[in-house]
Amino acid sequence: MVPMSYFVALSAVLFVIGVAGVILRRNIIVIFMSIEVMLNAVNLAFVALGRRLGSMDGQVIVFFVMTVAAAEAAVGLAIILSVFRNRETVNADELNLMRW
Amino acid sequence: MTAQFPALALILLFPALGFLFNVFCGNRAGRGAVNLVGPGVIFLAFLVTLWGFTRLLAMPSGAALEVTLWPWITAGQFHTEIALRLDALSAVMTLIVSGVGAVIHLYSVGYMAHDEDYARYFAYMNLFALSMLVLVLADNLLLMFVGWEGVGLCSYLLIAFWYDNAQFAYNGRKAFVVNRVGDAGFVLGILTILSALAAHGVWTLNFAELQTHSAMLAPVATMAGLLLLLGATGKSAQIPLYVWLPDAMVGPTPVSALIHAATMVTAGVYMIARLHFLYTLTPDAMYVVAVIGTVTAFFAATVAVVQTDIKRVLAYSTISQLGYMFMGVGAGAFAAGIFHVMTHAFFKGLLFLCAGSIIHALDGEQDMSRMGALWRRMPITYATMLAATLAISAVPGFSGYFSKDLILERTFAAGDHGLWLIGIITAGLTAFYMFRLLFLTFHGTSRVAPDKHVHESPPVMTVPLIILGVLSVVGGWIEMPDGWLWGGAFTHFLEPVFGPFRAHGAAGEAVGLAALLATLVGFVSAYVLYIQNPMLPAQIAADARAVYQVLVDKYYVDEAYNLIFGRFLFWGSETVLNRGVDHDLIDGIVNGTGLGVEESGEITRRSETGNVQVYAFVYLVGAVAIVAYYVYLVMVR
Repeated sequence: MVPMSYFVALSAVLFVIGVAGVILRRNIIVIFMSIEVMLNAVNLAFVALGRRLGSMDGQVIVFFVMTVAAAEAAVGLAIILSVFRNRETVNADELNLMRW
Repeated sequence: MTAQFPALALILLFPALGFLFNVFCGNRAGRGAVNLVGPGVIFLAFLVTLWGFTRLLAMPSGAALEVTLWPWITAGQFHTEIALRLDALSAVMTLIVSGVGAVIHLYSVGYMAHDEDYARYFAYMNLFALSMLVLVLADNLLLMFVGWEGVGLCSYLLIAFWYDNAQFAYNGRKAFVVNRVGDAGFVLGILTILSALAAHGVWTLNFAELQTHSAMLAPVATMAGLLLLLGATGKSAQIPLYVWLPDAMVGPTPVSALIHAATMVTAGVYMIARLHFLYTLTPDAMYVVAVIGTVTAFFAATVAVVQTDIKRVLAYSTISQLGYMFMGVGAGAFAAGIFHVMTHAFFKGLLFLCAGSIIHALDGEQDMSRMGALWRRMPITYATMLAATLAISAVPGFSGYFSKDLILERTFAAGDHGLWLIGIITAGLTAFYMFRLLFLTFHGTSRVAPDKHVHESPPVMTVPLIILGVLSVVGGWIEMPDGWLWGGAFTHFLEPVFGPFRAHGAAGEAVGLAALLATLVGFVSAYVLYIQNPMLPAQIAADARAVYQVLVDKYYVDEAYNLIFGRFLFWGSETVLNRGVDHDLIDGIVNGTGLGVEESGEITRRSETGNVQVYAFVYLVGAVAIVAYYVYLVMVR
């Protein structure tokens, strides 16, 4: 039996990797992928803790998150695609139309 | 004895409705309707006044008609009402205001026939008459003050009627500001009376109740009397606040007639007569009233002697005649003062309307050095002006003779022989400058510009002249020596209000003869100077250059006021109030608020980088901080 703390620790590590990816990387596709990593880190925590507590709620939420993530991937990729068509770049630093 | 007489309210209602009609419907209704309504409402008010007057005559002497319209102010124990009272004194004043006012309104129809703004004109005129009627009919000091302020406002509106002329607008403001000084005195006087009564637990400003409690006023009588006198000098154009009246002539001429004759300037005399019980308590204040009146009468008469603008001569003669009224009430001869108010309303109203007729005929010419020999071409104006001149010069048989003689006689009888002597000299000056005016305009050689088509005025203007002309002749006959016509009917009618005149000595025949002699000297010297030797006046002016210049420039009083008060006020208004308070302080706060928001926005907008990752980082920091806070809470517990 793998100890509970392993799951939680792995989840935290994955989440921090995702955060670091979102904040530090400049390619918006990579940023997008980092968001997926963060979502899945949370999913891992949910199923692990759900099993520990003997509750189905964790798995229900995970399915829910996966659904949202699928929709988000479709919308997000579409946005990235149209941004690239207009600006010929996927560099987040250059996408600053909202600047003061 | 008093009786309820609700119809008194109609005297105010008619002019009020006329004002509202002219303001809101006047321009749409057209000139015909305005010409009907404007004078009509004042005439209706006059008819109602006549009705009340006949009711009053039928009642025993000393009676009064009253109506209480509605409660006005209730504050603690103080209570006052909108209530009107028609006793002998206010009946006389109301008849003058509505009667002479109606005639002047009628004349205005002709005078303003070529003016586009007739609706506004009649609206102001109706409001003016309304304010004056409120003033004379009020049964308490506070309501009187409402009318008092009303005439001040209307005089401003009418003097500056042709407001697109900057000088006219300035003169209107001047009248308003000078009156404001007097009004401050009036308010302080009211408060002095109120506080003196309140100390005894009496809370009232009602005239009848004030008179009942007049003993409580004794300690403050002098102070209250002098403060109210300051108000009276403002409205009635006495030294030191007379400066607005000569400049008030820039309004349409019927306005001058209304201000000088029927309304406004008589307010001060009326107020002092109304509060006679207060003034009789204080010989000091009475003496001040008499001295101010006498000095003003003489001073204004000397200025009138050399002026060449026909309306300016009349303006100074008004100030001079008002001085006589103050002399009368100051000597305790209240009835004589009010009598002169009445006869003056007739002949001064007439003089201004005649002047208006001349100015109308000469296309706005007001300078007497460009008139002369008009009598043949304007016979009605000439005849009526002659009647008015004889009246104001106190020629026996004409109205002014009886009133001025009564004032001088009673001033003498009251023991003020010095004031009486000045009054006699002023009577001579009056005859001189009035006949000078008459000779310069109607006699001698014509100096009228050849392009003017001199013509007699239309009937709508000459009928008022004739009405007032007749009144100027016969108006004084109501107060004759005992045994003639009705005897002293006027003073007897007012006696229940004022009580009998308290003489300190008798005035012999010589006293009356002295006034006649002065008038004769004035007339003869005017005849010699302006008919026999028309070159002589210029010669005298050249010989006494310094004196002449001082008189022409009106003793430099306006200049002195400007130097002492005007400059200080303008400096204070411009530097301290305008630039200091308004521009720097108030604008500073408003603009500073805007500038502060703009500047802080300039700094904080730098955080809006447009870089989504920076936003994410800030969001992360915030989230971590919140989580850290809760973790900390859990750890501490």
